[in-house]
Amino acid sequence: MFHLILFLFFGAICMAGAINLLVQSHPINSALSLIVVMAALAAEYLLLGAEFVAAVQVIVYAGAIMVLFVITIMLLNAGAEEHTRGSRVAILIGVPGVLIAAVLVTWTLVARGQTGSVAIGALPGSPQDIARLLFHDFLLPFEVTSVLILIAIMGAVVLASRPEAVAHRAAKPGQPDHKEMPQLVGSGSRSGKER
Amino acid sequence: MSITAFVIISIIKSLAVIGVLLTAVAYSVWLERKVSAHIQNRWGPTRVGPFGLLQPLADGVKFIFKEDLTEPHVYKPLYIAAPMIAMVFAITSISVIPFGNYVDIGPWGTYLQITDLNIGLLVVLGITSMGVYGVALAGWASNNKYSLLGGLRASAQMISYEVSLGLSLVGVLIITGSLSLRDIVDAQRHLHWNIFVQPVAFFIYLISAYAETNRTPFDLPEAESELVAGYHTEYSAMKFAMFFMAEYANMVTVACLATLLFFGGWLGPVFGPPILQAVLPVVWFCLKVFFFMFLYVWVRWTLPRFRYDQLMSFGWKVLLPLAVANIVVTALIVAWRA
Repeated sequence: MFHLILFLFFGAICMAGAINLLVQSHPINSALSLIVVMAALAAEYLLLGAEFVAAVQVIVYAGAIMVLFVITIMLLNAGAEEHTRGSRVAILIGVPGVLIAAVLVTWTLVARGQTGSVAIGALPGSPQDIARLLFHDFLLPFEVTSVLILIAIMGAVVLASRPEAVAHRAAKPGQPDHKEMPQLVGSGSRSGKER
Repeated sequence: MSITAFVIISIIKSLAVIGVLLTAVAYSVWLERKVSAHIQNRWGPTRVGPFGLLQPLADGVKFIFKEDLTEPHVYKPLYIAAPMIAMVFAITSISVIPFGNYVDIGPWGTYLQITDLNIGLLVVLGITSMGVYGVALAGWASNNKYSLLGGLRASAQMISYEVSLGLSLVGVLIITGSLSLRDIVDAQRHLHWNIFVQPVAFFIYLISAYAETNRTPFDLPEAESELVAGYHTEYSAMKFAMFFMAEYANMVTVACLATLLFFGGWLGPVFGPPILQAVLPVVWFCLKVFFFMFLYVWVRWTLPRFRYDQLMSFGWKVLLPLAVANIVVTALIVAWRA
């Protein structure tokens, strides 16, 4: 009973954070609302007995990824955004579409009778269970994912070091960027005429 | 144990631990001033009470009565929330720290720990990783270039060193096979302290922890010679005091973790009548934590500050590869022995 109350409480916080994320006009408030959503989700995982997932949710999403979001917003010094009235397509197709999807999902879950309750901790969620899944049952997909992330990191490094390469090319003679010089000389001669 | 007894015991434990933590925070400030003074051949606080022991109280009263300035150019909601965020996360992480053995009080018995989670270590890491928001938001909401630079430095530094900090703990976890802080301490019985088997991990942990808590030689976020005071430039009175307390509370947490993970926690010689047997482990724990607090102060007043690029390249190019190498070697040895 106590667990159910807590579960609903954190669920409500999660929803409130998600709605606040959309309503706020300043990006930093939206980012902070997203952190609230992440933290509330972690609390939900904890209540379901998935302690490890909860901790990872906080460490990775709320603690690391969202910090990068906040830093980016701080660095760009993004100001408050203007509220638009929203696109007509979203109102005409999106809202009914979401409603239909929600009804379908609820109906399927209720009709198929998959909504039985499970005791806390009955599902595998301990670090040992997750380690066995990751490093034994699903070892190949796990390793492939890590290679994928490695590729993404390398791509990021290549993209980040690109301006330097462009500048290097521009410094060489005979490149299109080099046409600036005659113009400079021209402007200099013009100023000479004015004198 | 009935639910009422559980709630009563939990409340008593929480209040006691928070009370002790805040007192420890106040007296670490006293310790810092006293030790720094003696390192520089001064006396430090001597006027208020014997050896200046009541100085923390005087400081507290002063903080409360100072004028609380709120600059007109700040972004008010976050400016007010930032010190609270820093403080809340700094205090919360103490909740999973065990500081003693099982004790029997009349009909009830309890572990000397607010709550024993089997992922205690991850909880501490998670909470400390959230603490960076206090600093980052303070820097941004102050709307001041020095504050912003301090906040940015703090968040970049804390994210960078958190990686090596987390990896340095993996070696200990491989040996112990548990994320519960109580199990980690229990595995170090008979002087099998982890410092002897994981010395490299210990030093990586110590260095990263200094960077995580923004202490010298990693106090770039508040480098007073270049950034006035960094992220708390615009803060005064109690809001400033909250950042100050958060820093010292984080130091206490880090010292507790170092004690638990590498120095056998509350383990030590236990003898005498039952009451002494219950108290002695807590005494050993406090002594070890005190040693680390002293080390913090000692390092601060001995080493100069890094340059920012040195700090970053040291974190990513030295500490991180070292931590990874430590994990590989530890894993190989454990696998070879098994």
